[in-house]
Amino acid sequence: MAVKVMIPTPLRGYTDKRDSILVNGTTVGEALHDLTVRHPSLKKHLFSDDGNLRNFVNIYVNNDDIRYLQKEQTSVSDKDTLSIIPSIAGGES
Amino acid sequence: MLIVNHRTLQKMKTHAGQAYPEECCGMLLGKDDNRGRTVFDVIAMRNERGESRERRFLITPEEYRRAEEEARRGGVDVIGLYHSHPDHPAQPSRFDLEHAMPWWSYVIVSVQQKLPTSVRSWVLRDDRLGYTEEDIIEGGSTEWPSRS
Repeated sequence: MAVKVMIPTPLRGYTDKRDSILVNGTTVGEALHDLTVRHPSLKKHLFSDDGNLRNFVNIYVNNDDIRYLQKEQTSVSDKDTLSIIPSIAGGES
Repeated sequence: MLIVNHRTLQKMKTHAGQAYPEECCGMLLGKDDNRGRTVFDVIAMRNERGESRERRFLITPEEYRRAEEEARRGGVDVIGLYHSHPDHPAQPSRFDLEHAMPWWSYVIVSVQQKLPTSVRSWVLRDDRLGYTEEDIIEGGSTEWPSRS
C-alpha cells in the first residue's frame, strides 16, 4: 500500500529536496516508520527521544488531524495523503 | 547569510513595535538558491496563543498551510519565520530551541520599550543542540520571481 506523504519545506533537505514521498503502510504509524527508514535523518526532527511525535509536529490524513482520529493507529490507503504540518511556536522564555 | 530588502526589514520591525508588549510573529517568503538565501517579503501572522503572549507565540498549522499556499502561488518558499522578544535580547531561548525546525531562518527582533533595537537571524543546528547565527545583509530585490 503506497501512501503519499507531503514534506514541509524545512524537512526537504532530508528527502533529497522532494516535497512528497511514497511510503508503505496501512496505518499512520507504519507510514511514518517507513518514512524514517527511507530517510533516517528525518527521525530526530519528527520524534523526540522517547519515540513520540514532537508536540509541534501535526500529522494530517487528507484534511483531518490524526489527534481527532485514531492517532497513529489511523488507517491509511493509497487514496490518502499524509501531510506533516508544523505548529510554529517559540518565545523569549 | 540572509539577504533582506529594506522594506521587509522595516515591516518586521514595525510589526514588532506595534505588537509590544506582546510577541509578534510571521513567515519569511523567499528563495534559497546558488545566490544565497533571500527574503522577498513577509506575511505577518496573528499570535494565536491564548495567554502569555508577552513571552510566547504560536502560529497554527492552518495558518502555516495558508502561508505555504501563498508562497507556492508566488513561486517562492516559506524560508523561515520572524518573531519578537519584548525587552529581551534577539537570541533564541530554550523554548525556541525545543520548537524549532531545521533549515529555516529564525529572525528575532529585540524590542526594548516599544522600540526595535536589534535584528538577528539563526538557523537550527542539525543535532538540535543549538543554533548557528547567520549574518543579515540588507539589500536584494523586493520583486518576487513570479506571481500568479
